[in-house]
Amino acid sequence: MDYVPHTPEDQKQMMKTVGISSIEELFADIPEKYRLKKLLDLPAPLTEQEVSGLMQSLSENNRLPTAMMLGAGAYHHFIPAIVGHLIGRSEFYTAYTPYQAEISQGILQAIYEYQTMIAHLTGTKVANASMYDGASAMAEAAVLACKTLQRKKIVVSKSVHPEYRQTIQTYAWSNGYEVVETGYQQDGTLDAAALKAAVDDQTAAVLVQSPNFFGIIEDIAAIESVVHAQGSLLVAGFTDATSLGLLKPAGEQGADMVVGEGQSFGNPLNFGGPYLGIFASNEKLMRKIPGRIVGATKDEDGTRGYVLTLQAREQHIRREKATSNICSNEALCMLAAAVYLVSLGKNLKTLAELNLNKAQYLKSKLLALPGWSEVFSGPTYNEFVVRTPNAHVVNEKLQAKGILGGYDLGRDYPDLKDCLVFCATEMLSRESIGAAIASLA
Amino acid sequence: MKLIFEKSQPGRQATTIPASDVPAVQASKAIPAHLLRDEVELPEVAEVDIVRHYTNLSRRNFGVDLGFYPLGSCTMKYNPKVNEEAAKLPGFTQQHPYAPAEWSQGSMQMMYELRQMLSEILGMKDFTLQPAAGAHGELTGVMMIKKYFDRLGQKRTKILIPDAAHGTNPASGALCGFQTVEVRSNAEGGVDLDHLRELMTEDVAGLMLTNPNTVGLFERNLEQVMEIVKSKGGIMYCDGANANAYIGTNRPGDLGFDVIQLNLHKTFSTPHGCGGPGSGPVGVSEKLVDFLPVPRVVKKGDAYEWEYDAPDSIGRVKAFYGNFNVMIKAYTYIRSLGAAGLKRASENAVLNANYIKEKLRDHYQLAFDRICMHEVVFSGEKQVKESGVHTADIAKRLLDYGVHPPTIYFPMIVPEAIMIEPNETESKETLDDFCEIMIKIAGEAKENPEMLHKAPLTMPVKRLDGVQAARQPDVCFSGGCC
Repeated sequence: MDYVPHTPEDQKQMMKTVGISSIEELFADIPEKYRLKKLLDLPAPLTEQEVSGLMQSLSENNRLPTAMMLGAGAYHHFIPAIVGHLIGRSEFYTAYTPYQAEISQGILQAIYEYQTMIAHLTGTKVANASMYDGASAMAEAAVLACKTLQRKKIVVSKSVHPEYRQTIQTYAWSNGYEVVETGYQQDGTLDAAALKAAVDDQTAAVLVQSPNFFGIIEDIAAIESVVHAQGSLLVAGFTDATSLGLLKPAGEQGADMVVGEGQSFGNPLNFGGPYLGIFASNEKLMRKIPGRIVGATKDEDGTRGYVLTLQAREQHIRREKATSNICSNEALCMLAAAVYLVSLGKNLKTLAELNLNKAQYLKSKLLALPGWSEVFSGPTYNEFVVRTPNAHVVNEKLQAKGILGGYDLGRDYPDLKDCLVFCATEMLSRESIGAAIASLA
Repeated sequence: MKLIFEKSQPGRQATTIPASDVPAVQASKAIPAHLLRDEVELPEVAEVDIVRHYTNLSRRNFGVDLGFYPLGSCTMKYNPKVNEEAAKLPGFTQQHPYAPAEWSQGSMQMMYELRQMLSEILGMKDFTLQPAAGAHGELTGVMMIKKYFDRLGQKRTKILIPDAAHGTNPASGALCGFQTVEVRSNAEGGVDLDHLRELMTEDVAGLMLTNPNTVGLFERNLEQVMEIVKSKGGIMYCDGANANAYIGTNRPGDLGFDVIQLNLHKTFSTPHGCGGPGSGPVGVSEKLVDFLPVPRVVKKGDAYEWEYDAPDSIGRVKAFYGNFNVMIKAYTYIRSLGAAGLKRASENAVLNANYIKEKLRDHYQLAFDRICMHEVVFSGEKQVKESGVHTADIAKRLLDYGVHPPTIYFPMIVPEAIMIEPNETESKETLDDFCEIMIKIAGEAKENPEMLHKAPLTMPVKRLDGVQAARQPDVCFSGGCC
C-alpha cells in the first residue's frame, strides 16, 4: 500500500496542467543511462494487516527480561501513562522545528519550561532544547571548549562511560584534538592527582561523570579549582538522570557545562535510542552552546510569547562558523522528559531515594554471596560494582531465570575482570532480588 | 497561556511513589551531606492540570495531521499510523541495548534488513544506521572521507560546498576540521563548472553536493562535476536530504556518489516530532566501507551478531546503535510500499511540485523556470518591488489561512526565497486550495500591504519581538517554583 491520494483522473488533469504526457518527462534532466529501467529489488509491498503482523512477529523475536539489573547508560524506569498520551498528540509529533513562532507556541512554551526545569536540576543558568544523546552531548561540549579557548587538549576521566569516551575520541580525532585519559582511585572516584598532573594551559576541557560509570558519586567541587586554575572548562556528566533529584547539582559545584543522558525522564529503553542529550551551561557560555534555545519575549500588544533565540550560534545562520552542526534534535524525547518531570514534581527526590534504597539492598545481598566482594568504597546512587567469581557464569545463571544481570566491566577495563556494574531502580522488586540471589547461591 | 510553574500549588501532586519494599536507608547515611542537593523545586500540580496544560499547548501547535505543511527541504509528508503502532510494540520499546544478542534477534534482524534495503534503494555498498539525524549523518560521512585520506596518507585540508547548500554542510565540514570552500552556482541553479575546476585541487577532499539541489533542480552537469572532482582524487558526497525526489527512478550510487546521508524523518515518512528525533543513516561505496562506525550488525548463519572488530572504522558517533525506534517506522514504511510504492511516491512528489509551479507562476516570480523536482522555489521580489510586501509577510499571512508556510529566505542564492515542497501525500484539492490562498495573498499584497505587514491576525500571539529575545535573553522562568 502507499499513501498517494491521486486518482488516475487527478493525475491526468495535473499532467495536463504541467504540460507533460508522461511522468517520465519530469525526470528528463537525469541522463538516460542512469534512469532505472526496472523496479528496485525489495520485498513485495504489504497491506496494513500484513505489515502489522510482520512487525508483531519481529518484536516477539526479542526476549524481554522478567527483571532488570542492568543500567550502564540506559535505565529502566516507570513511565506515567500521561507521558505517552500527551506526546502522542499529533499536533506535537507531526510538527517540524518551530521556525514559525506564531503557529508553534505550544512546543516553544514546552521547551522554555523544560529549559527552566533542567537549569534548576543541573544548577546552571541555561539549557538547550536537547542534543542527540548523552555521549554526543559530552563530545560536543568538549569540541565547544576547544573552539572557545583555542586549545587542543581534552582530559577525560576513565570512569566516564566507555562509549561516551569512544564518541569523544571520534569527535576529537576529526578535529585534530588530543584526548588524555586519567585513571580512578581505589574508592572508584577519579584520581584527582593524576587529573591535576594532566591539566595544563593547553587543556580546553576536563570531562567527568557523577555518578560515574561505576556508580560512584564524585566530589566535583574538589576538582573545580584544579581545572579553573589552568583556565580550562569543567564539563560534568551524569549517568542516570534521576540522580539529579538527590545529588548536588554539578553547576552548583563549579561545572561550566553539565551534560548527560536524559532518557530516564519518561523515555523507554528502545534498544538504545532515541534518547535525550541534556546540555546546560553557565551564563558565560550562553551565546556559544550548541542546539536550539527558546527565549520568552512579547508581541506588539505586550502578550508573552516564545521564540527560538540566540540563533547567531547556529548552522543555518553561521554556516561553517557555527559552534555545532546540529539541526534536528530530540524534541519529542524532550517533551516526554518535560511531562515526566512535571508529573513527578517534588517526588523526583522520593523516587531517587527509592532507587538508592533498592540498590543498597541489592548490593548487601550480592556481597553476602560467597566469593563476592566490593570493588570500590566510594558512595553510590543506584549502580555499583561487585567482583564476582566469574562474571560470565553469573550473568548466564541470571539469564536462565529471565533476569538481565550486570554490565561486564572486563570488556573495557582489563583490571576489572569479573567485575559487574549492577543497577537497581524502582522497577526492581524485593521478590526479583530474592529470585536472583537464589539462582546465584 | 500560563506557564506550568504559574499553575503550581504547594502540596498538590500528580504521582505517588511506591513505598519501599526493602529496608529504607537514609540518603545522608549513604552519601556525604555535601554531595546531596536541597529540595527539588519542580511544579506541584495535579494530573488533570498536566493533561490540560499540554493538551492546550498542543492546540497552539501545528502538525501535518492538521493541514498542509509545504516546508521546503523538510519533506513534511504524512506519517502513517501503522508505523507508530509498530514502534510502540513492547518487544521493541522495552529492550535494553546491552541485552544479549540472542535476546535481541528481532531488533537486529530489522536493522540488518533496513541496511540492506537502503543499500538497494540508494545503490550503495553498505549503510550505517548509527547517526541520530541528518546533520549527524553528514558529520559521520565527512569523518569517513577524512579517514579515507588518512589511510591513503594524503593530507587534504579543504572540502568544497556549493553556495546553495544547507547550513549543516559547511558546519559539518568545519566540525570535522576541514576548511570549507564555497563553490558558486551558475545562472540555472547548478554548480558553476569553471569555478569548480578552479577550486578542485589536490588538497581538496571532495565536494558535498545536494542533488537535486536546494532550488529543487537536478544537477544537469552531474557527469562533468563527477569528472572534475574524481580526476583530482576527490570524493563525491551526496546530501540525501532531497532523496524524496528520486527513489526508484535513479540511484546516487549509480550516479557515482561515494557517500550519502539520508534523513529517515524526511524521505521515509517518520515524524519530525517538533524537531526530532530523526535518524540519519549513511551509505557508502566500496571504497569507504571499512570506515563505517562500529558496532555493525552481521549475520552468521541464521543469527545476528554485533561486530566490533573493524580496525579502520572511524569509531562511534554516539552511544549504542542509533535511533532504533525511528528505524522501525522507516522499515515499516518501506515494507508497506515496496518498490512500486516507493517509486510512485517520488513520482507524485515531483508531479505535485510541478503542478504548484504552473499554478503560481503568473503570481509569483519563479527562481528558475524549468521542470523542477520535488520542490519549487519562487522569489518574493516581485511583491517587494510592487508593494513593499516581503516574503516574511506572505508567510505570516499564510498562518491566518491555516497553512504552514513554506521554507523562506532559503536557499540564500534566491532573494526573498519561498521554497515549497508539497509531497506526494497531498491531494489535488489540497494543492488547489493552497494555490488559491497564495493567489489571494498576492492580491492582498497589492491591495492592502499594511495588513500583510501586521499578519498574522488570528494566532494566539502577533509577531514576536525576536530582537529583544536575543538582546536580553530570558531562557529560564525566574518567577519561582523552579
